[in-house]
Amino acid sequence: MASDTQKAIKSPKHLLGIQDLKVSEIKHILNEAQQFIDLNRSKNKKSDILKGKTQINLFFEPSTRTQSSFELAGKRLGADVMSMNITNSAIKKGETLIDTAMTLNAMHPDIIVIRHQDSGACNLLSQKVNCAVLNAGDGRREHPTQALLDALTIINRKKSIEGLKIAICGDILHSRVARSNIYLLTMLGANVNIIGPTNLLPKDLDKFGVNIFTDMKKGVRDCDIVMMLRLQNERMSSSYLSSNREYYEYYGLSPEKLEFAKTDALIMHPGPMNRGIEIDTMLADDINKSVIKEQVELGVAVRMACLKIFCS
Amino acid sequence: MIKKKQYFLNAHVIDPCNSINEIGGLIIDEQGKIEAAGKRVNKINIPNREKFVDLNGKHIFPGIVDMRVFGGEPGYEYKENYRSLSEAALAGGITSVVTMPNTKPVIDSVSIVDFIQRRGRDKSKINLFPTATLTKDAGGMNMCEFGLLKNKGIVGFTDGIKSIQSPRVMSRIIKSAYDFDCLVIQHAEDQELSKDGMINDGIISTKLGIPGISDLAEKIIIERDLSLLEETNCRYHISQISSRKSLDLINYKKDTVNFTTGVSINNLALNENDIGEFRTFLKLSPPLRTEEDRISLIEGINKNLIDVLVSDHKPEDEESKRLTFSQAATGASGIETLLSLALEQFHNGSIKLEKIIELITHNPAKILKINKGNLSVGSDGDFCVVDINKPWIVKKENLVSKSKNTSIEGRKLQGKVVSTFVKGEELFKIK
Repeated sequence: MASDTQKAIKSPKHLLGIQDLKVSEIKHILNEAQQFIDLNRSKNKKSDILKGKTQINLFFEPSTRTQSSFELAGKRLGADVMSMNITNSAIKKGETLIDTAMTLNAMHPDIIVIRHQDSGACNLLSQKVNCAVLNAGDGRREHPTQALLDALTIINRKKSIEGLKIAICGDILHSRVARSNIYLLTMLGANVNIIGPTNLLPKDLDKFGVNIFTDMKKGVRDCDIVMMLRLQNERMSSSYLSSNREYYEYYGLSPEKLEFAKTDALIMHPGPMNRGIEIDTMLADDINKSVIKEQVELGVAVRMACLKIFCS
Repeated sequence: MIKKKQYFLNAHVIDPCNSINEIGGLIIDEQGKIEAAGKRVNKINIPNREKFVDLNGKHIFPGIVDMRVFGGEPGYEYKENYRSLSEAALAGGITSVVTMPNTKPVIDSVSIVDFIQRRGRDKSKINLFPTATLTKDAGGMNMCEFGLLKNKGIVGFTDGIKSIQSPRVMSRIIKSAYDFDCLVIQHAEDQELSKDGMINDGIISTKLGIPGISDLAEKIIIERDLSLLEETNCRYHISQISSRKSLDLINYKKDTVNFTTGVSINNLALNENDIGEFRTFLKLSPPLRTEEDRISLIEGINKNLIDVLVSDHKPEDEESKRLTFSQAATGASGIETLLSLALEQFHNGSIKLEKIIELITHNPAKILKINKGNLSVGSDGDFCVVDINKPWIVKKENLVSKSKNTSIEGRKLQGKVVSTFVKGEELFKIK
């Protein structure tokens, strides 16, 4: 009885953003994830850590890699995974997020993974349910598991993040990936350079402990990592930018611009890529420089670690 | 029932209109009009056997005039109606409100004005002063009938939650308003610049990942309008300002153009940090800005650059706020807490009490050209009795307004209205 009462009082911890985590918690997640890399590469990928647990994936925005990555992660840990198809659900009939949350909560899930187009949607959800909430991307705010998998990829190649010079380039204004990475990489001691046209930089970004560049060549100079962000096509129509061609000329990652970075610099991209717009197609596939596929691979391990930690 | 004369003694009476700020009393005659106010009203000067109300330790202020209120009628009666609005206003010492025209349908024609006036007469206990829109359907294109609407009793014209975007339309509005001696009230926001924005553009918007509204969106419209006014100076009032940039501009233009300026109590009492983790009740227009901006607004009041303080009372039902920040409606309920929250600035030494009262009584009445917000002999006996030291805590379940979307839930305030009188009749009394 006593333990039951304690459980009722203790609220589950959520993963809503990197900004809520301590350095020790980040390191704990990354250490856990390391162990799952081997499991994922072995023949028998199944574990029973989350046996008997229920995981609901609630994706309000279309997603290929994050959703499949979370689904695989849950299944490999032995959880019962349900992915809600939003297009056919009551949300399309006008149900609010809070009501959806209450409905799902009544089915006693252990973890809800949510992606939503509105910043703060995961925060709202976490206030209304009894289970743990994992943020798989909310509006422009945060995408914590992406930043964690990026960190894991960097650590596996460069041993440590501390002291590295890392450039993040592209549409920072609309990017949750950029925000989560800025928090995480600066917390782990990296020097972060932010590169983008002023139109695509959010206000007061300099107060986040990063260096800001509008000239890409200056921004990537001597960097260990060049992380490119996806440029969404609608940015052209709304006058943020003039054309794809001009953007590529000034902010696309070409072999010429990469020359300015360190010779052993690595290229990263959260995907999906627009080849020829933000990144040269040959560079994206260059196995000596690009770790883009590795990011996807380690993404599953990181999500397994998150599910394990936040589910129990 | 034949009314009797009423005597209120030993209060601290403040009436900025008549420069009264002294210990004294108030006499209301049989018709509910003010017969005398101030230090001349004391025990010696009233007939010996008359009963009087001893208000020792309390203040008497003229009935408050709130210049920016969303009344709900017609179309949004489920958020607020004239009856619930009256009760909420009276609980806050407010006896006159200027209602915004953003209703359903919008108030843009003589017949709809006729309708709300009849509704007001039937349902309202306080004085309602409706505004009409500047343009048809608040669409920003075609001017309303300023002359006809003014004859019907419209005190001011505003598109309420919208700004006139076209400089050409605005220039014509100003000239037409000049001809008819109409008051133009502008909600200053360049909606092209602020498009999709929800909170102040700055470190908080970047952190929360919410599109921001630059303070330039406000400044640009004010700058444009004041330039137009240099050519034709109609009666012009900036509904609410929120930033230091706007204030600097106002300071610069004050000597060349005639205009007045308002501020919302929200922008005076809160800043963008209060939004915390997506508190939708603090999604406001104009948005809460930085602490530096907030302090500059207080300075602006003390330098007489800001003339009016409003509640910007915008009742929203639970369903409009229990959403993600992007989806949630804009605005906060605030009519009941306007005075108490403003008194915070008095108690912390930022603004003098007489100044606060001037901003919510005499100044708005003067701008609107209505005989309210004063204790002049012969005026309606609209006033409130206030215990300016009484501590209390804002709790939404105790609010009278139909909607409970207060921006200051849980806030500890000092000062509460004890009773409110309209035309000499006590319509609110604290429990």
